[in-house]
Amino acid sequence: MTEAKTNDSETDDLETFRSETRAWLEANCPPEMRKPVASDTDVFWGGRNAKFASEPQRVWFERMRDKGWTVPDWPKEYGGGGLSAAEHKVLRAEMAKMGARPPLSSFGIWMLGPALLKYGNEAQKQEHLPKIAAGLIRWCQGYSEPNAGSDLASLQTRADSDGDDFIINGQKIWTSYANYADWIFCLVRTDPAAKKHDGISFILFDMTSKGVSTKPILLISGYSPFCETFFDNVRVPKSHVVGTVNRGWDVAKYLLQHERAMISGMGERGVGRPLGQIAADSIGTDAQGRLDDAMLRSQISTFEVDEAALAACAERAVDLAKAGQAHPAFSSAMKYYGTELNKRRYEILMSAGGVDALEWESERSKQGARPRAWLRTKANSIEGGTSEVMLGIVAKRILDLPGA
Amino acid sequence: MALVLTEEQSMLRDSARGLISDKAPVSHLRHLRDSKDPTGFSKEFWQSFAEMGFAGLLVPEEFGGSGLGFVEAGVVMEEIGRTLMSSPFLATSVVAASALNRGGNAAQKSEHLPKIANGSLLATLAIDEGAKHRPLQTSLQAVRAGNGFKLSGAKALVVDGHVADLMIVAARTAGSAGERDGLTLFLVNPQAKGVAIERTIMVDSHNAARIEFVNVEVNTDSVLGEVDQGAGLLDGVLDIGRGAVASEMVGLSDEVFNRTVEYLKQRKQFGKLIGEFQALQHRAAQLYVDIEITRAAVMKALQALDTDVGKAASAVAVAKARAGTTATRAVQEGVQMHGGMGMTDQFDIGFFMKRARVCEELFGDANYHTEQLARARGY
Repeated sequence: MTEAKTNDSETDDLETFRSETRAWLEANCPPEMRKPVASDTDVFWGGRNAKFASEPQRVWFERMRDKGWTVPDWPKEYGGGGLSAAEHKVLRAEMAKMGARPPLSSFGIWMLGPALLKYGNEAQKQEHLPKIAAGLIRWCQGYSEPNAGSDLASLQTRADSDGDDFIINGQKIWTSYANYADWIFCLVRTDPAAKKHDGISFILFDMTSKGVSTKPILLISGYSPFCETFFDNVRVPKSHVVGTVNRGWDVAKYLLQHERAMISGMGERGVGRPLGQIAADSIGTDAQGRLDDAMLRSQISTFEVDEAALAACAERAVDLAKAGQAHPAFSSAMKYYGTELNKRRYEILMSAGGVDALEWESERSKQGARPRAWLRTKANSIEGGTSEVMLGIVAKRILDLPGA
Repeated sequence: MALVLTEEQSMLRDSARGLISDKAPVSHLRHLRDSKDPTGFSKEFWQSFAEMGFAGLLVPEEFGGSGLGFVEAGVVMEEIGRTLMSSPFLATSVVAASALNRGGNAAQKSEHLPKIANGSLLATLAIDEGAKHRPLQTSLQAVRAGNGFKLSGAKALVVDGHVADLMIVAARTAGSAGERDGLTLFLVNPQAKGVAIERTIMVDSHNAARIEFVNVEVNTDSVLGEVDQGAGLLDGVLDIGRGAVASEMVGLSDEVFNRTVEYLKQRKQFGKLIGEFQALQHRAAQLYVDIEITRAAVMKALQALDTDVGKAASAVAVAKARAGTTATRAVQEGVQMHGGMGMTDQFDIGFFMKRARVCEELFGDANYHTEQLARARGY
């Protein structure tokens, strides 16, 4: 009886939180910020050189920041909202319902923050987390190297000990937005003699440090979201290592789980109109109101079945984690499926758009937004671990299949 | 509502699993098949199932049942799926009990529901007529005659049709095939004059029948719900059945998958365990992901049914469509990865493939439900 009572009052509290949250969002989210994200300028990334694309974007960001809701589930002492997992779920659901955009996007929020909360020391948390929450510092991720892609642990960027500092030399690649980033979280080899997973450290440093340079890479989409990043005798204090020296792989793996969860969810957000309606607009419908392309219609409906099922699974993954029943490698399963599904979405969008989706530069096509986005999705199943690597992780760590 | 089982639901699962795996493993189905059992399930076991409260799981407490929800019914169906248990649970305890509970008047409920709960009444829904599940195409005629109706027509894939004590028959009292208006559900005694029942031995060794109705007389008290307005009631009852079958398919898929992964860890070829081959590892991993995603979709649908049966249609369509494609894939990979052994009757894998095929057709296959979703979304 006592237990049932507690549950009831918890449910009541959550419902109160829901109605208050809804009212607050209604009052504070500008109408412009309830439209789907259409281009990269619609996303606010923060950082030293950040500029707001519009006044509503600034207002929305500042109001959410002041509530700690740029990072709703982080502790209040680090600039977060201090929400429980259940409250966070409610907030996300209410934001999704009104189509509210995330007020701030950053690799600090999605990746570094969770890793610092788990592995960082108190000084590192105090130093970095509030600046991420407030959008003051924009981070990039120094993981991949030209010869360390899927086999990430074979990375060769060296950090040599020199008194209280490390001297870093080497090259990273596929560093997202390195040319805009203020700081980098980086994997470096601190013990070249150890086995490949054992000599790696996870270290933080300022991108304005002497010896750091970046060079954007032009992709098939015509965009350059990634860079080559070079380190030439970059001096970094040893106190910037997160966790234990030579145990950086633990931090790296933990962070990758968050990265994979983030990438797998990319298809879910800011979706806008249903695919079937987008297709009907360009292709037209028959006398019964059905899309005038029976095969595409069946591709769309099959996609939507899988999309709805994946959304349920993502929700369940959060609930399982909360209940302490989640398998740590499950994010690999979600990453695999979510990215393959997002690629399917864009194949359908290209087919639905037909000739209109082929224009690359016109104003009419918003400078080829759709074909460029379509090409961008092809990276989803490569970045953060390829689909093949994800399936290998599921096979070995979850299914316990033998070998390698 | 969290998409994980509560402690009570986990306990229910454990007790259902214990009972079913002990008393009705796959070998039990094999025995029923090989002995050409005239009933098609174990009556003794059904009695003990009833005594444990499973038969009346969805029946409200005032009628002697447990008054639990569809998530709980799904938990039991999933365990049934694991051993391919042949039992009246789906037709009687889920579909018929829901039809009576949702559509029945006070007299109909108090007459039938307590007997369902204590295991003494077997009931079933007779819906399909053609090769595919098309509820609105119902054309079995019910013509007004005297103080009632006369039913004429034929039904197929009536689960437990040859042993049922009570049939719930979807009939057309007005309009023509394809229309929503004009459908009516009738409670029909299988012993009534003009009813001809042919037990159809099916590929999966589970119970089904074809039933012919020739001027079968029923009185107005036999109408379940409202005359001509049965489509709404039918929609809800079918969605409940779909959610239950989807759960059975999750259990079936999960079991066939577990057996297949175990086989990959034992079978050696080329001097290696075949589970070391990446070609098989990746296919196994893809199947694992498919099953987990489907499991979540099915839980979502069952929770939606518990919240409001009338608003669960899209979630149920997603669940049944996913369950169909996932189970089909699971059994095909199961047979393929077992190699030649998977083709033998001696191995159980084939039983799973056969049952999956029947579950796929029950209450609409993946194509049907994918189409329903497209229509609901207006394209």
